[in-house]
Amino acid sequence: MKYWIWVAWLAVVVSIFSYYSWRLFATEEKSDFLIGETSYGHYQIEMSCDSCHTSAFGGTEVLQDACENCHAADLEMAHDSHPTKKFTDPRNADRLEVVDARYCVSCHTEHQHEQTREMGVTLPDDYCYHCHEDIAEDRESHKDLPFDSCASAGCHNFHDNRALYENFLIDNANQPWLLEIANLEVPNAANKTIKENAVSLGLADADFTKAKKVNVTETVLNDWAHSSHAAAGVNCMGCHQGEDKEWIEKPGHEQCGSCHANEVQTFTEGKHGMRLSTVLSKPLKPMSPSESHMKFTETGQQSHQNCVACHQSHTFDRVFAATEACLDCHADEHSLAFLDSPHGQLWQANKSDKETAAEQVSCATCHMPRMVKGKGEKQIVSVNHNQNFNLKPNEKMIRSVCMDCHGLGFAINAIADEALIKNNFNGQPGVEIESIDWALKREE
Amino acid sequence: MKLVQTLIISASLALLLSSCGEEKAGGIEPSVYTDSLFAVMKADRTNYTKLIVARLGPKGADAIYPVEHWKDVENGAPLPAQMFRAGSEAVRDLTDKFTYTLQSEWPINKQNAPSTPMEEEGLKFIAANPGENFYGTEKLGDKSYFTAVYPDVAVAEACVSCHNDHKDTPRSDFKIGDVMGGVVIRVPL
Repeated sequence: MKYWIWVAWLAVVVSIFSYYSWRLFATEEKSDFLIGETSYGHYQIEMSCDSCHTSAFGGTEVLQDACENCHAADLEMAHDSHPTKKFTDPRNADRLEVVDARYCVSCHTEHQHEQTREMGVTLPDDYCYHCHEDIAEDRESHKDLPFDSCASAGCHNFHDNRALYENFLIDNANQPWLLEIANLEVPNAANKTIKENAVSLGLADADFTKAKKVNVTETVLNDWAHSSHAAAGVNCMGCHQGEDKEWIEKPGHEQCGSCHANEVQTFTEGKHGMRLSTVLSKPLKPMSPSESHMKFTETGQQSHQNCVACHQSHTFDRVFAATEACLDCHADEHSLAFLDSPHGQLWQANKSDKETAAEQVSCATCHMPRMVKGKGEKQIVSVNHNQNFNLKPNEKMIRSVCMDCHGLGFAINAIADEALIKNNFNGQPGVEIESIDWALKREE
Repeated sequence: MKLVQTLIISASLALLLSSCGEEKAGGIEPSVYTDSLFAVMKADRTNYTKLIVARLGPKGADAIYPVEHWKDVENGAPLPAQMFRAGSEAVRDLTDKFTYTLQSEWPINKQNAPSTPMEEEGLKFIAANPGENFYGTEKLGDKSYFTAVYPDVAVAEACVSCHNDHKDTPRSDFKIGDVMGGVVIRVPL
């Protein structure tokens, strides 16, 4: 009798152990192991535990390496005002006892949902006090300001202050609310990959002989023949043929990346494509609105975020991708208000006119800004497909997009006005940030 | 007899063991080490100021333009103090065997004012005793450090005019040759 009890016990233990090992190592579904809900920034990849917890042993240092693995380049680009290297000098030992600013997780503790606030910060909002408690001695204007208002008033950010620092405020003070409308650079990054001897192709050049299913409809062929792909000499085989020369029924972002490398790279850095990032220990299945915390349309719920989710396959219409594609899924207040907003009205009236298209504001104009590198013939203009690039904190938008057409003062006020953001900038800001006035006063 | 034997053996063992610690420590004196580091820093700092920034002038050349917010300006280059600080931060990424910072009793950025009692003492000492350095040991957090403070002297007109005219400066009567601040070098003990 006793013998059987031991066998049964062993069987139960082995089964439980095997089940959890299978869950941990062999499946994407690891929610049993989550020690707490993850933040807005990371919930999409919370099932890729070992992307952050790269080693079972080692503490903060290991996590810090993981943070930097994804975020270091962004911080560098943001001219981070508080890089970790500012705090590694021993003279900061007493400060580090209060907030150990050498490590991201000291302020951004993950799996602490109930304590996590804007920007994934888990410290109380008056954290600036610990090092800048005597700021009023230098800045009369700051005398009665509460320390939890430093970063919430459109004035300061801990990391990115490129649009907010004093000299910049002074240099761009007294600008009218509306400047001359910018004529944005036309993206040319993919053009640079077109082969020198490429010629524009027509229906007869499609070449889908390797297709396994004969489902190449006339619509598909016509869509392609009118696309920029056909004009650039890229036929069916250009996208549907893998490295092994086999036909790929549904080419993924890897195929797109062979010509649109920068677009795919930035796409996998943002909320749309982060699950496909090569930085993860292994890529996850693409994100779907149904798994998001945000508001989406009923029809958009089941889509999956890959390149063709917005750039419909075969037509690859950039005008569609710039707004209609977004509104197919996004149904929050800001998105729904776009078409009735001044930006949206102008977009609808002029979007089909190629002459003025570069002056119109679509969703993508602000959320997927154009990146310009180099000068003259070497200049490369690409669209940053990381929709989060300038979104959090939203003051990042001031320089990267708002100031293309608007004065700094207007932009700071607008971006600090939550009601105005909700109605998609339909009206003038009801908030007035005094930072420019204070900076000018100190100049006198 | 056995007691005498035990005592003799114990005494000789104690002598043997204690002599292990008496061997003179090898390596260089901490002050020689920090003096040498400072010599390199001072040489580079003076060279950058005189050979690059002073020659370009405040307007710079077409290729390079030294300015405070240099990252935000096309062709912008760091000012001498910022160049020095960039070196100090880069060294911290490479080694923890020593650290150095540029500080002043009259800093443009308040975060560069002395913050430990030894920094305050050292900066006062080098300002009051031109040509002399300051050495000491201090405990920060749970670690002890050999701390050396060296005078940072105004070597070019650009140092003086920029600091005297900056809106955040707490002092505006610097002259060439004045001690404007100090380089603090720390070696963990």
